[in-house]
Amino acid sequence: MNLADNDFALFQLPLQFSLDQSSLERARHALQLRCHPDRFVGQGEAAQRLAMQWSVRINEAYARLRSPLSRAVYLCQLAGQDPQQTGSAAMPAELLMQHMQWRERLDEAQGQAGALQTLHDEVQSDQQRRWHEVAEALDSQPPQAQRAAEQVRALMFVEKLMAEISQQQEATA
Amino acid sequence: MLLQISEPGQSPDPHQRRVAVGIDLGTTHSLVAAVRHGVAECLPDAQGRTLLPSAVRITAQGRVVGHDALAAQVQAVGEVVTSFKRLMGRGLGDVPQPERLPYRLLAAQGMVSVETDHGVFSPVQLSAEVLAVLRQRAEDTFDSTLYGAVITVPAYFDDAQRQATKDAAQLAGINVLRLINEPTAAAIAYGLDEGSEGLYAIFDLGGGTFDVSVLRLQRGLFEVLATAGNTQLGGDDYDMALLDWLISQHQLDASTWDASQRSAWMRQARRCKEALSEGQPSASMLTPSGEVLRQVTLNDFAQVTAALTQATLQSVRQALKDAQVSPQDINGVVMVGGSTRMPSVRQAVAQLFGTDPLTNLNPDEVVALGAARQAHQLAGYAGDDNVLLLDVTPLTLGLETMGGVVEPIVPRNSTLPIAKAQEFTTFQDGQTALALHVVQGERDMASDCRSLARFELRGIPPMAAGAARIRVTFTVDADGLLQVEALEQTSGTAARVEVKPSYGLSDDELARMLQDGFNQAQHDKQARALAQVQVDAKRLVQATHSALEQDGALLPEAQRHALYQLANDLAAQAESATDAVVLEQAVKQLNQATEDFAAQRMNQTIGQALSGQHVESIK
Repeated sequence: MNLADNDFALFQLPLQFSLDQSSLERARHALQLRCHPDRFVGQGEAAQRLAMQWSVRINEAYARLRSPLSRAVYLCQLAGQDPQQTGSAAMPAELLMQHMQWRERLDEAQGQAGALQTLHDEVQSDQQRRWHEVAEALDSQPPQAQRAAEQVRALMFVEKLMAEISQQQEATA
Repeated sequence: MLLQISEPGQSPDPHQRRVAVGIDLGTTHSLVAAVRHGVAECLPDAQGRTLLPSAVRITAQGRVVGHDALAAQVQAVGEVVTSFKRLMGRGLGDVPQPERLPYRLLAAQGMVSVETDHGVFSPVQLSAEVLAVLRQRAEDTFDSTLYGAVITVPAYFDDAQRQATKDAAQLAGINVLRLINEPTAAAIAYGLDEGSEGLYAIFDLGGGTFDVSVLRLQRGLFEVLATAGNTQLGGDDYDMALLDWLISQHQLDASTWDASQRSAWMRQARRCKEALSEGQPSASMLTPSGEVLRQVTLNDFAQVTAALTQATLQSVRQALKDAQVSPQDINGVVMVGGSTRMPSVRQAVAQLFGTDPLTNLNPDEVVALGAARQAHQLAGYAGDDNVLLLDVTPLTLGLETMGGVVEPIVPRNSTLPIAKAQEFTTFQDGQTALALHVVQGERDMASDCRSLARFELRGIPPMAAGAARIRVTFTVDADGLLQVEALEQTSGTAARVEVKPSYGLSDDELARMLQDGFNQAQHDKQARALAQVQVDAKRLVQATHSALEQDGALLPEAQRHALYQLANDLAAQAESATDAVVLEQAVKQLNQATEDFAAQRMNQTIGQALSGQHVESIK
């Protein structure tokens, strides 16, 4: 095992989208307990520096795998389909229209709990449908990375919109 | 004493005592604690007092620290400085209402300075005075030099404030094992005693700072999920709010007060608050000459300070939100800091969480006790009770980009240690330099954030605009201290800069301060410097020996032998050394020589961590 291994190999987890959260927690826990710089106090600079590198690497991998969005982006990247590389041109016109329409409705729904809830439910069901497709595409044999990347790209927008809707709802409540 | 030179397979005396302490460097008072016979306890001074007021008196003859300094505050106002923790790592513009402090501040390079009747001092120097007294107390108690200390800082301290704290420790001749956050230290003090698991909120209201942390406790791991707070809100502000209210109620002519009168009024306000915190329904507010101005009820006090308490609750909500938990998920709330004795604060916290906060440990001592446990562990004791702390960055770190907008690099509440990189480019044809401005804070505009450092990346080969690829890497270590590097990647020539935050002291400044006759004679300092390197050298020799014993099999015979030889040479040299610089060089050599070996051991460790095998079973 070395620093350049991919996040899944690092934690000895299967290279797939669906994840057993507790296995991830356990693996991170076991590795940090061994590698953290605090375990190497007074053992010289070389050991300290290495511990720091490993500890940083473990934190990075853990944060990336824990969040479904960054995990999906990462799996697409490993398969050579970076959802962040392609510009907005790759966004289907139909989704773009849909998105603009949702944004307008969010502006209009300011302060109205009922309208916000309707919009919330609608976007959420779209979001769930896309997540379902991402999971299916990434975990099929062989993985359909391109299909997943398209959905992930859309989800990056949808997740942001959902966050804004929730924020509005909190402000209204 | 002769250091025993070990043969291969033989380790140096394992019973060599290492005195490691925890230090709570507080706004109003400071403490030092250590683990003795398995129990953490605060170390008292010769009079049996554990609290050392964080007050320094500068006289023509020298420095006085603690109770005597505080007692002189009214009669010698131009000589006594208190609450200087609030000035650590701060510029003049960052201190709210400096005119209300009983001393004058001067703008100085990087950080404010305090003007006294007998000279100008940086908050770092003043903190170092307090730390030096605590170091002495620990060394007297154990009749041994200090191996190292864990020093606590408010979780919400930014990079500049942490750096300033570390500089103060260095100035006081203390080897810092770790900086840890005060709420985390409190959690250790509670958690280890009770073996608790689950989610905890630590509410820490001190004399001058407030912060709240949400922690998850699991076996062997204390993880901070989120932290929030305010480094300019504390018990002092409650005193001021009470005094302001009295001024308006009784039409006191505060504008005519001089510094000494103001300070006398503040003391009376604090006494009144403290009396109310002891559970009485009302307390007398006295004038500086001792007459009763009025009776203040608990209710009066709660009302005039309600805005402050609300501000603390606002931070609590923020931390809960960042941790993605709700108040009901919290298994326990720990109260830390003397200011949490105020009944109105306890009530407000109990109401928000729907549970009574834990207060069974002394709120003044709990932080130092937790730090002591951590120090004990970092010094190599406490095998099975080992607990790993994972802290977070309190504030977002970023770079100023075009138009003064901040590009966040490391988001707040990222688990430490962390490294994050981002690519930037040039915006003009033939541009050969790029100015970088490192900031910390949650605001969108750089001018609203704290400026940490400015530096330039020079020597970029001339290219078309947008062709250069400049990779900027932020690294934050376990202490929460930041390093920034910038690297132009397309050219073979790598231009690289490392920065220390501008509020941190440069090595030259530290050296100068050390020479400023700081409570010690000159030869003392040289002796201390040498002693420090000797300790480092012996530590490294010991570490190398035990590493070779454990994993020497990873190396070919010749290499293993060479390392033993080098370690033994260093041990001999450490014994006879007279020059710190020469010895330091030798330490560096052994460090370099062990690099490959360290890497191999680390790889082995990683492999074992997940397979569940132990070192013993590999041999």
